[in-house]
Amino acid sequence: MKRSALLQVLQRGRRFAVPPPGVCVVLVFCALGLLGPALAPYAPAAIDLRAEYALPTALHWLGTADNGVDVLSVLLHGARLAGEVALGSVGLSVLVGTALGALAGYRGGRTDYVVSGFADVVQAFPGIVLNVAILALVARPGVLHVVLALSASGWVLFARIARAQAMLLRETEFVAAARLLGASQAHILLRHVAPNMLGPIVVQGTAALGGAVLAESTLSFLGLGPGAAASWGALLDQGSAVLLRFPHVALIAGSTIAITVLGFNLAGDYARDRLDPRSRQHADPRVAS
Amino acid sequence: MSRGLTRYLLLRLARAAATVWGVVTLVFLLVHLIPGDPLDAILGDQAAPEDRAALRSALRLDRPLPAQYLAFAADVLDGSLGHSFRQRDREVASLVVDVLPYTAALALCSLCVALALSLPLGVLAAVRHRSAWDKGASLLALLGVAIPNIWLGPLLVLTFAVQLRLLPLPGDDASRPLALLLPALTVGAALTAVLTRQTRAAVIEVLSEQYILAARARGVPPFALLFRHALRNALLPIMTVAAAQLGGLLSGTVIAEKIFERPGVGSLFLEAFFDRDIPVVQGCVMLVAVSYVLLNLLVDLLYGVVDPRVRLS
Repeated sequence: MKRSALLQVLQRGRRFAVPPPGVCVVLVFCALGLLGPALAPYAPAAIDLRAEYALPTALHWLGTADNGVDVLSVLLHGARLAGEVALGSVGLSVLVGTALGALAGYRGGRTDYVVSGFADVVQAFPGIVLNVAILALVARPGVLHVVLALSASGWVLFARIARAQAMLLRETEFVAAARLLGASQAHILLRHVAPNMLGPIVVQGTAALGGAVLAESTLSFLGLGPGAAASWGALLDQGSAVLLRFPHVALIAGSTIAITVLGFNLAGDYARDRLDPRSRQHADPRVAS
Repeated sequence: MSRGLTRYLLLRLARAAATVWGVVTLVFLLVHLIPGDPLDAILGDQAAPEDRAALRSALRLDRPLPAQYLAFAADVLDGSLGHSFRQRDREVASLVVDVLPYTAALALCSLCVALALSLPLGVLAAVRHRSAWDKGASLLALLGVAIPNIWLGPLLVLTFAVQLRLLPLPGDDASRPLALLLPALTVGAALTAVLTRQTRAAVIEVLSEQYILAARARGVPPFALLFRHALRNALLPIMTVAAAQLGGLLSGTVIAEKIFERPGVGSLFLEAFFDRDIPVVQGCVMLVAVSYVLLNLLVDLLYGVVDPRVRLS
């Protein structure tokens, strides 16, 4: 009995020690976002015309792209940009969306009507269409503009989750008790409602980070990005232009984007399994969604 | 037509109309909500004052806000969507109508590709639950979700157009039917993946229902059982998921048109973006958003056709 309990602890410990692949990808991405520019062997715009479109060599581990720019360095600098855009836009979306959604769900009535109607309208602009339209009106889009443009559509998802959660929480006994004790609405929302909806928000937020990385890459791929020197999407665009002769650039840039986005999605699934015990009962967590 | 159904239809129509109005208003307000002067974005900050004044009046930015809104709404209502900046004699609507067939064909073709792949795969995975077929379909679905379309497009070109030389290269004559195949796969891959998952899950669930057991006991042949009894009941959740993905389909066409150098609303939209041709950008955005609202309305109405229970509730 004792032994099996010990074994269980050990097994649990081991499961904790080796995170699943999705979480590994996310951790690597975070590390590269923080350290990438310092680790990069070259500046992202350093040209080497003699080595244009070189295959991987000892000097350029992942080969070179247009004008002999080092692919590895562009990827490392690009990780910083993708990380900034992802954290900024998801952070802002979570803040704004959760606040509006919680208010709508908790108060109901006219507030709910206005917020839900606005969310419906924003959701009618599919994918990156609204983001592109916003960037079209800015003279020189920078990181901040891209963050704001992505948040302009990103908040809706979190508002919908927070609204549904707040409508459930509104009816719980502890919220009723707080109300009877004379707590203000702001106090109830901040201290009782908001902390209890964190689980689903964190789960969706993790997957949304992957979505934001993809959105930044897509915007840069289309040439609408923040105009930074290094971006994964821009590298993929360059690589696609010379796809016929030098496919390695597009292959490396594309798989970097794909692995990162997949990693965040898997990490989101993992977070859901850990945070939401109900979904663990299903044999396949993906079917439950 | 029952009174319940009429009420359902009217309510749904009213909501769609309200959303369309909201879309038009938001597109109008974008110019004003975004910090900074749109004139700087269009002309750069070195422009001569008289150019700025001319553009300001062409954009109607010199009028009071309510008057601007009325003029904008009038352009929408008369169907012209205003005039392009760069081609002053062209109405935005006529620019869009010129390229709309290409995009519509691409979107429709993508939807067909997605349905043609995902329904059989999903049903097969459900019927042969936990077999190699099931595992293969699940893996394919995971890949389809994970591979971004900005990468899938170049990959498909590399494989089918460059290595195998089976299909046309980007920039080749876009009106050939074969030229539609790779873009449609690029746009439809994510939808295929999501629908395969959903079809599998829905069919597995329906197959465990009592009425399937009862039908089997009555001797309904397996094929009829699967298609008439199981798939029809599974269609509702599949349609719901498909409707939620329609937006991805529409924005995917923008990306596919860029990768495959096809004419279309997406190409027009991007071109207008780089030219800062604000009325054309607004027109394209509005068209896409309104199509999305109408498609969702259509799906909601189809629910009633597919499942009589929706009509009654």
